[in-house]
Amino acid sequence: MKEFKILAVIVALVGITYYGIEPYAHHVMHPEVAPADFTFKDLKNVDTSIAGNPENGKVLVEANCIACHSIETAGHPQMMPNADAAASYGVVPPDLSGAGWIYDKNYLANFIFDPVSAMKLQHKYTPESGKQFPMPSYNWMSAQEIMDIVAYLQSIAPKAKSGTESHKNTFEAACGRCHSMAYAGLESTTPPDVIKNYMGATPPDLSQYIKSRGEHYLYSFINDPQVLLPGTSMPRTGLNQKAQEEVIAYMEEIGDRKKAERESLGLYVMLYTAVFALLAWAWKRKIWSEVH
Amino acid sequence: MLEWFDQRLGVVNFAKVMMTEYWIPKNINFLWAMGVLLTVLFTFLLVSGIFLLMYYKPDVNLAFDSVNYTIMQEVAYGWLFRHIHAVGASVVFLVIYIHMFTGIYYGSYKKGREMIWISGMLLFVLFSAEGFSGYMLPWGQMSYWAAYVITEIFGGIPVIGDELVVWIRGNFYVSDATLTRFFMLHVLLIPLLILGAIAFHFYALRFPHVNNEDGEFFDFDEEAEKYKAGKKKESKVVPFWPVFLSKDFFVLGFFMLFFFYLVFFHYGFAMDAINFDKADGLKTPAHIYPEWYFLWSYEVLRGFFFEIAGISGKDLGLIAFGIANAIFFFMPWLDRSPMVKPANKRPYFKYWFWFMMVDLIVLTIYGKLPPTGANAWVGFASSLTFLTLFALLPFITKAEAKKVGGK
Repeated sequence: MKEFKILAVIVALVGITYYGIEPYAHHVMHPEVAPADFTFKDLKNVDTSIAGNPENGKVLVEANCIACHSIETAGHPQMMPNADAAASYGVVPPDLSGAGWIYDKNYLANFIFDPVSAMKLQHKYTPESGKQFPMPSYNWMSAQEIMDIVAYLQSIAPKAKSGTESHKNTFEAACGRCHSMAYAGLESTTPPDVIKNYMGATPPDLSQYIKSRGEHYLYSFINDPQVLLPGTSMPRTGLNQKAQEEVIAYMEEIGDRKKAERESLGLYVMLYTAVFALLAWAWKRKIWSEVH
Repeated sequence: MLEWFDQRLGVVNFAKVMMTEYWIPKNINFLWAMGVLLTVLFTFLLVSGIFLLMYYKPDVNLAFDSVNYTIMQEVAYGWLFRHIHAVGASVVFLVIYIHMFTGIYYGSYKKGREMIWISGMLLFVLFSAEGFSGYMLPWGQMSYWAAYVITEIFGGIPVIGDELVVWIRGNFYVSDATLTRFFMLHVLLIPLLILGAIAFHFYALRFPHVNNEDGEFFDFDEEAEKYKAGKKKESKVVPFWPVFLSKDFFVLGFFMLFFFYLVFFHYGFAMDAINFDKADGLKTPAHIYPEWYFLWSYEVLRGFFFEIAGISGKDLGLIAFGIANAIFFFMPWLDRSPMVKPANKRPYFKYWFWFMMVDLIVLTIYGKLPPTGANAWVGFASSLTFLTLFALLPFITKAEAKKVGGK
């Protein structure tokens, strides 16, 4: 009984200390932020309730987008190698094959209308900075036309798949133009020196971000980087919830490759240790019955 | 076979002296198992460290990836060795603190047992150096910046400070030379000293004997004779093997359950997230803090944040930090009451003990929190309390000795 009392005192002291230096300190240093918003409700330039016409959208895309963007799945290959494209635009323009699938509909429509406000990069592309985002605003288009484009992009988007390969595709489409992932052998499609010039700093390699930032942080950060890192030149990318979860899943598959092994082995080791502990307890009782 | 070895090595007698006739008091609780726990944890650290050493590369360009890619992802069970090593390093300090405050609570540092205490404190200092040097090796952001801040502390030493910092770092800033020498310290020099100090600690324990739960003094030889004569229940001692160790194994079993839970499922506290960003001397992290076991002394260091009587806060902090790291060595002489009893049975010391525990917990927690606003003042007050408690200890215990009349 006395030993349990001692144990209780130690557990209490250690527990209080642990609470103070881990959950509480973490809470103080990283206050909670607004939850991720996958409807991008701050973007209201385009009435997204309008039903789009994909056939008209196809005509509009071919007239307005493919001069810069490739759409591999619709037969519009990339015009020039990545290095040349990066040198021309500052960053490799995205292929639009999967755009209708990885981007939220509201975000995509408002992005076409005005890319800079959708990305929340007004602080970077100020009139005084002399910088201009490589893609022009299509704010001269009608809401109907924009929704036609969105409907077309959604119609050509690949059907959802799952598994690491699809996570990788989503990651490459969503992040891979700027970020490298050395532990997966991926280098940013925009060459590092070009992207450094474009962003102001080399975007970090994401190999260990699942560990250094953690899933909780990434979930808020990818959805809206300005909330956690005001002033960052990383754009809000407008991923829908599913695409964002795939990106994070891929970061975990690469950054914490041994998770499944760790968790299954952990159970066996603990089971083994429990058996040892019980045998040791039985042996101790036997031995001490002779001396007490 | 046994005889062959016995003729050459005297193994039968050796086993008697070391195991079956090495006497331990019977009147003990599970806190007496901490020494064996520490021995086991140290073995875990040594073995996992040897495995890590086979793949680790002490070079600023290679270190980070050799740990986070090669060891964590490529080497079979490399992640397991790293987790055991990192969590083991953290948990070993938890057990050291429990061991240390068990000693203080039961007065096990008192007359006759001073060398046990001093060798134990020496081990604490060596483990601290081992922990600090090892933390630099993964070459993450916290490795770099903790090394930067801690080596910078030596710059506060009068006259030689600046040169000393350069001498320790091997460069004007924390660099490849720093990493390589801390690697040497971590895998060779300090482990050698630790092994020596452990042997000395065990040796120091041998003659004054282990203390017991009531601080009772008795004749070990007499009690041992009773035990050997078969009066096992009556005797106040038990042999180290198998009786004492059977209890230790039992405690060890349940402790290992807790330890492996941490290793596999709850290791974040021992592997700081920030350290998974590669070291970058141009990018200071928003919050720099040492590992949890250094937080209390770190808070004493930064608790003094303003000038008092013409001495800058930085210098005051450094003096206080120096005192905090050395003062526990002097426990046997600061405690002037000869009473060997658990703290709760000592009329004055019990208050001192529990005040100290609370103060150390406050220091630890505020050592991690950002030192802004009210936090800075809590830090100052708890640092001052720490020093004051030690300044008062001789007087409190002297008064206690008077009250109990030398009993």
